[in-house]
Amino acid sequence: MLGKGLLQGLAVTAKNLVGSFHDPARYTTQEYPEVKPTLPEAYRNFPFLVSESAEDPMGTLRCVACQICEKECPPQCIFIVMERDEKGKAMKRPKVFDIDTSVCMSCQICVEVCPFDAIKMDQVFEIATTDRFNALLLNREQLAKPNTYFQQIHPTEAAEVDARLAAERAAAEEKAKAAAAVKAAAIKAPPAPPPAKPSA
Amino acid sequence: MTPDAATLAGPWLERAPLIARDWLVGWLPESLRWFASSLLAIAVLIGAFGLLFAYLTLAERKILGRIQNRPGPNRTGWAGLLQPFADGVKALTKEDVVPRAADKVLHTLAPVSLVALSLIGLAVIPFGRHLVAIELDAALLYFFAAGAATELSIFMAGWASRNKYSLLAAMRALAQLISYEVPLLLSVVPVVLLAGTLSTTEIVVAQGGWGFGFWPHWFALTPWGFSAFAVFMIAALAESNRSPFDLPEAESELIAGHLTEYSGFKYALFFMAEYFGMAALSAMAVTLFLGGWQAPAAFLEVIPSYAWFTFKLLGLLLGFIWIRATFPRLRIDQLTRLAWKFLVPIALINLGNAAFWSLSGSWTGFWLPLRWGISAALVVIPFLVLSRALYAGLGPRVYRYAPS
Amino acid sequence: MNLVFALLALFCLVTAVAAVVSRNLIHSALLFVLTWLGIAGCYLWTGAEFVAFSHALVYVGGISMVVLFAVLLTRPARADEVAALPPVPIERILGGLLAVFMVASVLGSAIVTSRFAAPAASAPVLTVRRLGELLAGPHVIALLLVGVILTTALLGALLIAAPGPGGRRPAPAAGADLEELPDATDRGTASESMRERGTR
Repeated sequence: MLGKGLLQGLAVTAKNLVGSFHDPARYTTQEYPEVKPTLPEAYRNFPFLVSESAEDPMGTLRCVACQICEKECPPQCIFIVMERDEKGKAMKRPKVFDIDTSVCMSCQICVEVCPFDAIKMDQVFEIATTDRFNALLLNREQLAKPNTYFQQIHPTEAAEVDARLAAERAAAEEKAKAAAAVKAAAIKAPPAPPPAKPSA
Repeated sequence: MTPDAATLAGPWLERAPLIARDWLVGWLPESLRWFASSLLAIAVLIGAFGLLFAYLTLAERKILGRIQNRPGPNRTGWAGLLQPFADGVKALTKEDVVPRAADKVLHTLAPVSLVALSLIGLAVIPFGRHLVAIELDAALLYFFAAGAATELSIFMAGWASRNKYSLLAAMRALAQLISYEVPLLLSVVPVVLLAGTLSTTEIVVAQGGWGFGFWPHWFALTPWGFSAFAVFMIAALAESNRSPFDLPEAESELIAGHLTEYSGFKYALFFMAEYFGMAALSAMAVTLFLGGWQAPAAFLEVIPSYAWFTFKLLGLLLGFIWIRATFPRLRIDQLTRLAWKFLVPIALINLGNAAFWSLSGSWTGFWLPLRWGISAALVVIPFLVLSRALYAGLGPRVYRYAPS
Repeated sequence: MNLVFALLALFCLVTAVAAVVSRNLIHSALLFVLTWLGIAGCYLWTGAEFVAFSHALVYVGGISMVVLFAVLLTRPARADEVAALPPVPIERILGGLLAVFMVASVLGSAIVTSRFAAPAASAPVLTVRRLGELLAGPHVIALLLVGVILTTALLGALLIAAPGPGGRRPAPAAGADLEELPDATDRGTASESMRERGTR
């Protein structure tokens, strides 16, 4: 009958209107910035450097300035300078670690190739700035964040990394202990007589 | 001029506007009083309807938003209440672009005359028991003459832009407006028949009283009146270029139709005129069919008459917004077909129905349900038959999907 | 009160002359609309409300549309609207003035020499109700005849504009060059673009 569909349509819109006041399914707007969006765990934005402790971020950086991420970065947005002491020996710490976030494309390749789990992806997106040139170039101090922060934003990934690093450390300790035990045993026992030379 | 407040009886709240008017006008000498009183009426009408227009745009955006699962504007001021003023500032500060080849006089005259003609229709609407700007004997005819003149402004807008597409769209808009004038006027004729007068104040008075103590005698609550009210509202939707009849000004249709070459304040004036027209037609529908300022029940008359008028008017305007949110747009051939093949025959049959109602006015007792039954049948049966005819030539919908 | 009538009459005359003299056809159509409004004002001045408003409704709301559509649909070319008509030669102006003078003298002498009744102290008030009773009573035959004439005209217009057998467009109209203009005749559910592609 003419008009039945019209009335059904009116009923649907009325249900939406009334429901938008009490039913969250009928009011899907999240009023940013009063309500922050709930980001999925795997959300990534720009990289950051992981440091073991929050009190001494520069001293406990996992990064050893191996420059693999700098070489692998597709848009070449990472700039690293190794810290060297007075004699020129590499100190396995970055003196300069700059990421140009206006170039970074969030591809995560730097994270994938880092052998030391030193660089991970961050989730901050409210980094808009009025200084177009300098404020988007993040240096070492701005990039360093503690491992506790990493555990907060990517719990499963951080748990996996922590477990792996702990296992590696445990294995290394085991090996060191075994080597030390062998060395100690070698010092205590007299040297074994040299084996008889076979007559030529 | 409406009578002095002192001579009227009634509760204070009811007479408050008249008391205020008398106090204001009393400052002037006797000879200027009628002039000042008219000026005051004009100022109040423009002020009230201007504010209504402003907050109607906001209400429309917020209600449309809520229906679409989102809030409307809620950043400007508390809950977005300053949004209309922000829009006004935007419209005023935008550059007024006039095409070089355009007819400058007509280009400017079109929105101005449209707003003016939409506003003058408000002069004959009784907003309260004694609140009408002019009491005319042929008030209804005046109202519809003013409304018909607005169609010329739309033509002027389309022509003056010197744009082929604007002209085309203006002619389509004119075709729509002319087609819907006929059911609009035909649906009002039964009201005139049964009220016996063309004067809006007397039509409201003719709808007074309550049957059995609680059933108001509003015309919309009778079978012929309900049909006439429905036809009037559909035609009013089309006359004010409102969805689903907003083909002339929709963005996907010939850019903006006859409004393509308008920017800034002139564009805002066109929309003001559309809302004024919508409000004027809704106010006329309230007057003709919903009893005007009459209260729905005797004990509710403590609420003053102008408040009842406002409630009914707001109800109709919210209905307009609800309809806009729900229905898709009609194509030009669909809307002309609806007007000529459906609404005009229904309105004509309704005229006969109203004549029957008028002639059977003295039926009582057993005959009363029969009167209602015959009248209702005269509404329902033509509706069913004509709606069947509307589908003629349109087969059942066949959906063809790509093979998976 | 004569001042008001003089102003109204002057307004009517000025707009009528401007409409006739104007180069631009659309401008003269719109000036005619002003003339009709002036005439409605004259009716209001005499107190004939009903006639004034129905005059406005019919002329401004209906006949102006007819005139405008007729002008638009029979234009030969759109580009040169304003300078379309050549300037009127002096002989025609003199001839026109002579014709006006002759007509005015004949009518004027008739009006001046005939004896009208003295105007009543106040204009007679004819309410709409009385008008309705007169139209439906003593003058009902005139009303019905007018209705029949209008219905015949409407039916004739429909017959002329209706599509011929087979759904083709009717006989060529008066050289309409606006080919892209869609007609509002009912063609079922065919959309406009389909119509344009299918015909012509």
